[in-house]
Amino acid sequence: MDAARSVNDVPLISVQGVCQTYDKGASGRLVVLDNVDLTLRPGEIVGLLGRSGSGKSTLLRAIAGLIRPSDGRIAFEGAPVTGPPAGMALVFQSFALFPWLTVLQNVELGLEARGLAPAERRRPALAAIDLIGLDGYESAYPKELSGGMRQRVGLARALVVHPKVLLMDEPFSALDVLTAETLRTDLLDLWAEGRMPMQSILMVTHNIEEAVLMCDRILIFGSNPGRVVAEIRIELPQPRNRLDPAFRKLVDDVYARMTMKSGTPARDGFFPGTGIAMVLPRVSSNRLAGLIETVAAEPYRGHADLPPLAAGLQLEVDDLFPIAETLQLLRFAELEEGDIRLTAAGMRFATSDVDERKRLFAQQLATYVPLAAHIRRVLDERSSHQAPARRFRDELEDHMSEDYAAETVKAVTSWARYAEYFAYDEEADVFTLENPA
Amino acid sequence: MVFLPDDRPALGAVAALVRARMRPNVYDLAAFSLIAALVILAAHGAAGMGDSLDALSREPVSLDVAGLPEYALRTTLRMFAAIFASLLFTFVVAALAAKSRRAELIIIPALDILQSVPVLGFLTFTVTFFMGLFPGSELGAECASIFAIFTSQAWNMAFSFYQSLKTVPRDLDEASRSFGLSAWQRFWRLEAPFAAPGLIWNTMMSMSGGWFFVVASEAITVGSTTVQLPGIGSYLALAIDQQDFAAVGWAVLAMAFVILLYDQLLFRPVVAWADKFRAEQTASQQKPRSWMYGLIRRTSLVKHLLAPFGWIWQRLLMLRLGARMPRLATARSRRTSSSVDYLWLAVVVAVTACGAWLVIDYVRQTLSWRDAFEAFGGGLATLSRVVILIAVASLIWVPIGVWIGLRPVVAERVQPLAQFLAAFPANVLFPFAVMGIVATGVDPNIWLSPLMVLGTQWYILFNVIAGASAFPSDLREAAAIYHLRSWTWWRKVILPGIFPYYVTGALTASGGSWNASIVAEVASWGDTRLQAYGLGAYIAKATAAGDFPRVVLGIGVMSLFVTLFNRMLWRPLYVFAERRLRLN
Repeated sequence: MDAARSVNDVPLISVQGVCQTYDKGASGRLVVLDNVDLTLRPGEIVGLLGRSGSGKSTLLRAIAGLIRPSDGRIAFEGAPVTGPPAGMALVFQSFALFPWLTVLQNVELGLEARGLAPAERRRPALAAIDLIGLDGYESAYPKELSGGMRQRVGLARALVVHPKVLLMDEPFSALDVLTAETLRTDLLDLWAEGRMPMQSILMVTHNIEEAVLMCDRILIFGSNPGRVVAEIRIELPQPRNRLDPAFRKLVDDVYARMTMKSGTPARDGFFPGTGIAMVLPRVSSNRLAGLIETVAAEPYRGHADLPPLAAGLQLEVDDLFPIAETLQLLRFAELEEGDIRLTAAGMRFATSDVDERKRLFAQQLATYVPLAAHIRRVLDERSSHQAPARRFRDELEDHMSEDYAAETVKAVTSWARYAEYFAYDEEADVFTLENPA
Repeated sequence: MVFLPDDRPALGAVAALVRARMRPNVYDLAAFSLIAALVILAAHGAAGMGDSLDALSREPVSLDVAGLPEYALRTTLRMFAAIFASLLFTFVVAALAAKSRRAELIIIPALDILQSVPVLGFLTFTVTFFMGLFPGSELGAECASIFAIFTSQAWNMAFSFYQSLKTVPRDLDEASRSFGLSAWQRFWRLEAPFAAPGLIWNTMMSMSGGWFFVVASEAITVGSTTVQLPGIGSYLALAIDQQDFAAVGWAVLAMAFVILLYDQLLFRPVVAWADKFRAEQTASQQKPRSWMYGLIRRTSLVKHLLAPFGWIWQRLLMLRLGARMPRLATARSRRTSSSVDYLWLAVVVAVTACGAWLVIDYVRQTLSWRDAFEAFGGGLATLSRVVILIAVASLIWVPIGVWIGLRPVVAERVQPLAQFLAAFPANVLFPFAVMGIVATGVDPNIWLSPLMVLGTQWYILFNVIAGASAFPSDLREAAAIYHLRSWTWWRKVILPGIFPYYVTGALTASGGSWNASIVAEVASWGDTRLQAYGLGAYIAKATAAGDFPRVVLGIGVMSLFVTLFNRMLWRPLYVFAERRLRLN
């Protein structure tokens, strides 16, 4: 096993120039993956790190042969991938266990698919169950198990088919912190001891510490469109220590690279599109206010390093970044090099009372969110002070997909409601200037 | 049932079991005798189906109570033949619709229309057809009767299965694809188990609805053809004809007994077994229980007798039919296939237009606009009956259902009773109503109407009970803390809470009432024949006279009314309930 893992130039997986686009009707196409290259060699654990929506899961599914990319080439051991190849197995974020099958039957499923008789598949299945620490649970149904145990079944089910490459799609992100850590450690131990059949692991994650802890190489994914923006090699020996200064330095480094503006033209930061056509995330005003208060307070006093901030708030990148970036959009904060710094408006917001906060928020909304200002202007111009929301969604759909348009309008609606900038009647799907008295 | 209980670990590990456990235990004795009895009964009843029509006329249905168990058996067998045909239809047609976009284009609208066609209308055409298929044999009439029941059962089962297939969870789909399951394995490992809970529930609903039609379709009179198949329905028809009050009572009793039996021996065990197919990952609080299922699970010999089936089942699952999943579509292949779609659509439209022209031409030859107006007027009369009766039934049963549903102890007892009443064929009770109307001399136009909801009102009751039982206790507590009482409580708390359930129940009840109108608007007791003005009576009269064009017209108008009624009232309400009032 160790011999196979020595440096070897034959790639297990090679991805060249892969693009994935979706038609979004009249306005052209939505690019999810843009010209992605990737090589996976025997003996390494590679992480795809990025935020949700960056297309990393799409890439993993394309490699697994579950979807066909619009363009580019994917090869497994030199042969093009046209459907799920026999030498790969996939572990899911949601575990994807069949609730009507027992643990043993779930593990046997991959062997059954290959036409093995019950007697032939029993032994390898029991061996995999044994390896992954599921002894005694063979006849249990998934609903009787805890999340951690379910993911162990997912792992055993993948290992039993003796894959050369193990693909993992955010395998620990649906688990609580303690369980996830146990599973990571167990997996790394088995890997180090060479007791698992596969030669390489490719995992998708949005957890920076997890990537630094487990991977030999990290590919950082940028969003809109998804592409590899950086590659970081982790030379730290296993087992790694999270408190090791070298480890912390690497984590900081990855944070910095993920908050880099990476040459996008939009001045407003990270949201794709410009003007009213900007795609906006739904971030509740409570979270915005919460982050402002936290950064304004001790020990940060208006300026915080993102990794300790995220750790202190028990937030993952996926949760923290949209909040921080919305604050940047509203000019309550500035983001750079993995740091967040409150602006004067941000500091004032932190010390104001409710009414003043709303007034301030409305002011920033009017100045820096073109869609909000646009809706307000239309409402002001009409004598009825009413306008159907449908109209604005249609307008946005010229620039983005239907789902994004709906999400963006919802995001602006919730901010405008908080700021009492304008009101919305869900029943009639109409924007108005009047709040009920 | 198609699924085999292969999942019990015991079946796989037969060899490992020690000899001592091979010996039959007490549970075996019970289970074995039950199973043997069922097999013998089924064989006996099936043998009778092939009798010649002469034998039937030599030995006609009699009111002798001793013959009633035999009749009950024959009726039940018809029922099961129909449910089996419905399952087969479901597996083939619904699977086809879910897998092929082009088949979907035809099948789904067709099912939608067929759902609204009054079932008893089919009888007119099918009897003639099936009798010609098996001349001189009882089998033709049996087939017509079974087909009538089938048409009352198949559509909602097919819809349920189709919807399940279309909503298979994405991660399970990806898992089965990445492990390379063949189409065959995928169907039995993923799709069928995922669809099972919905399908089983719909099968139970269909079964309940079916009893109504089995009773109505055994004594068939179409024009000059009269057949009385041995069964509870014919027994009842004869009892009504001879004004034999005691015999009607016996028929009601037999019916109740049969429904109780199949519920206990078949559906409870199946529901208990199918509990594991429910896709939610949390252990449910209330597991459905069944003594019969428990009995079979505790046996040892019966399990061993079943083991070979388990073995065959395991081998079947290893088959790699449709081994490679179709290659993933590329952009170009998607484009060409969409142009084929348009061609296909054009063909479908052309064929449909042709068919419509044929029907109009056929009806036009014998009928005038006056007939159309007559049928339409009858339709309006029946429509107002349905609307008023559903409203009245709702006013009565919603408060009662809420009262029961909020008291778990009561609900646990009443819920099975309500489901039993929904399954009970209300047409068995019609003679009592006729006697009452004749005795009091009231207007049949009004007093025959309640018969339409006699059997269907229970759907409202048990759905409301289910809704009220599921109402979150924290919301109830909040309502109590803020002193929401009387009308405010109803309007703001409980009615919105049960609304989605109520709509489901009322929708089923209204569909059933339309169907029942064909039997309910014309009812008789001996020589007394009562008739109300309405579309149901119109169809019933045309059927009795063998007047095919008028039957076609009547069925067409009724389908139109039902479809429009569903589209304009129930579907918007349903969408509203789903969107605004779902509590989870």
